[in-house]
Amino acid sequence: MPHLTSDNRARAEAIVACYPQPRSALIPLCHLAQAQDGWLTPAAMEEIAELVGCTPAEVRGTARFYDMLHTEPVGRHVVTVCTNIACMLAGAYEVLDHAAAALGISVGQTTADGEFTLEEAECLAGCDSAPCVQVNHRFFGPLDPDGFDALTEDLRSGRLADTVPAHGILSRIDRSVGLPAKAAKTGTGAQAAGSGGQGSGPATGARPE
Amino acid sequence: MITQAPRIVTSRVELSDGFTLERHLATGGYEGLRKALSMPPADVAAEVNKASLLGRGGAGFPAGRKWSMLRQAPTRYLVVNGDESEPATFKDHMLIERDPHQIIEGTAIAAYATGVEQAFIYCRGEFALGLERLQQACNEAYAYGALGADVLGTGYALDVVIHPGAGAYICGEETALLESLEGKRGFPRIKPPYFPAAVGLYGEPTVVNNVETISNLPWIITHGGDAFAALGERPSAGTRLFALSGRVEHPGWFEIEMSKTTFRDLIYDPSLGGGIPGGNPLRAFIPGGVSAPWFGPDRLDLKLSQDAVGQAGSMLGSGSVVVMDSDTCPVRAAWRIARFFHRESCGQCTPCREGSGWIEKIMHRLEQGLGREQDIDLVLDACDNISPGLSWPPKQTTICVFGPSIPSAIVSVAKMFRDELLVHVKDGGCPFPPDAVRRG
Repeated sequence: MPHLTSDNRARAEAIVACYPQPRSALIPLCHLAQAQDGWLTPAAMEEIAELVGCTPAEVRGTARFYDMLHTEPVGRHVVTVCTNIACMLAGAYEVLDHAAAALGISVGQTTADGEFTLEEAECLAGCDSAPCVQVNHRFFGPLDPDGFDALTEDLRSGRLADTVPAHGILSRIDRSVGLPAKAAKTGTGAQAAGSGGQGSGPATGARPE
Repeated sequence: MITQAPRIVTSRVELSDGFTLERHLATGGYEGLRKALSMPPADVAAEVNKASLLGRGGAGFPAGRKWSMLRQAPTRYLVVNGDESEPATFKDHMLIERDPHQIIEGTAIAAYATGVEQAFIYCRGEFALGLERLQQACNEAYAYGALGADVLGTGYALDVVIHPGAGAYICGEETALLESLEGKRGFPRIKPPYFPAAVGLYGEPTVVNNVETISNLPWIITHGGDAFAALGERPSAGTRLFALSGRVEHPGWFEIEMSKTTFRDLIYDPSLGGGIPGGNPLRAFIPGGVSAPWFGPDRLDLKLSQDAVGQAGSMLGSGSVVVMDSDTCPVRAAWRIARFFHRESCGQCTPCREGSGWIEKIMHRLEQGLGREQDIDLVLDACDNISPGLSWPPKQTTICVFGPSIPSAIVSVAKMFRDELLVHVKDGGCPFPPDAVRRG
């Protein structure tokens, strides 16, 4: 039984059709599954494997390489505090220490109510707003400890629901355009062609999303 | 000297609607592409060659030459590298969010010039808003006819896919980026083949260009390669985005004519960095990303030029300048950079995977005041195992240049701040104040 909803399944198939090799869709599909479930569940990884033509272990092995893909459940808001050089010089460790104390958790943990997961990030390319923080990959900064408390309060109360959508960076992305990808003739390891090859997308015009 | 050079890549980024098709078209958007399509592809490439456009991703390889190395084949790909992750670099992030059509237009120009019909823009996954803006611009470009089966009515077909990354610094390395785009771990590929131009995406010849490099193309085609080359000093021609951060009054990005302005101008001029808060003296600065060796105040009058910085023993790299003042602990700064490399090493090569961990641990205990004097030699020895001789440019024992970048900060501290290291050992702690949040 498919794990992805029928809407997401259709979206997944359209994403696969964008690429000359289906395996290229692996990371976008992981983002899509996270948008649905909040994290990358074993059932989702099995379905992604089937969609891109590899094994579930290969999906897991690939996903585990990337910081944004969570193979364990996370809180509703994943808070990543950058502590790299530019943010550190602007006091990021003070913010991170405060965040851990205020949320009552250590880096890598999730609050008991499932609201927040705290992560320490490498540079997020927001150094002109140092120290910067992301919540579900939306930027906030510069933040001091008081600003951090105000932010978490706004998140808890739902006041930032529009600014900070749920997990999955694809939740507001609509790829309604594009040409069907031509299957790649050669490959560097992955299957050369599969379900996403030539002919699986519409010939012209809009792709279903 | 601060020149009144034209704003080439940042002409729209301060407009509140600079990311929309409407504003793009109202400000000359897609005119560069229109002009390019009226020229033979080889002439478009010749203009870019004339411009002396050096790659803006970090390595500074001439963009025109990169294109000319592309192997003949029925299928070629273009991949735009928007995986900006070099610590303290935030220029591409800004360009992606604020002028995505410029990137789409530049992508189409580059694709046309290199005979490519399928392009990918690999955007860093953490740029959630940037991904939305890029995809929106892409959708608008299809609707307008700037992409698709018949680009601007010329019969040229081009498909562009916006591809999200998922959080891994190493994917900025072009062969790791291609692996990632193929749906795998971002492991840099073994060289040779040295260039994706020979063997790239799916084994086909592939051009990989940085977002800022691509963003320059509409202007270069509209105004001509000679107009671009007239700015700066060859080979460091044109303007360039510099990302300034750390202990400065006005951290931010600045588009500056290359080879004219100095680091002193960038850091201290009121129209640029505005100096150091509290008037503190400068201790050191990083001239081009954390992979670059540091400079002291004696280098402030160096010009922002790839060659000048290279000859002085460092690199302009990704154009990110980090300022450290008299309150900055250089040992802590070097430790944090080592920690970054340790966390982001992809783990393929032993010297990098193991060495980065050793270096991070030794630097941590030195910073904590738990180190010994011999630790300075020990950490340099660990660096030497990754990059024998600790020379500049560095020697390499690893598949990619990530490994030999690790020693830069450590060697800088050992050379420039040996006394500060010894005080940490002698006092059994860090003599500098903690890095606190600035208030008010």
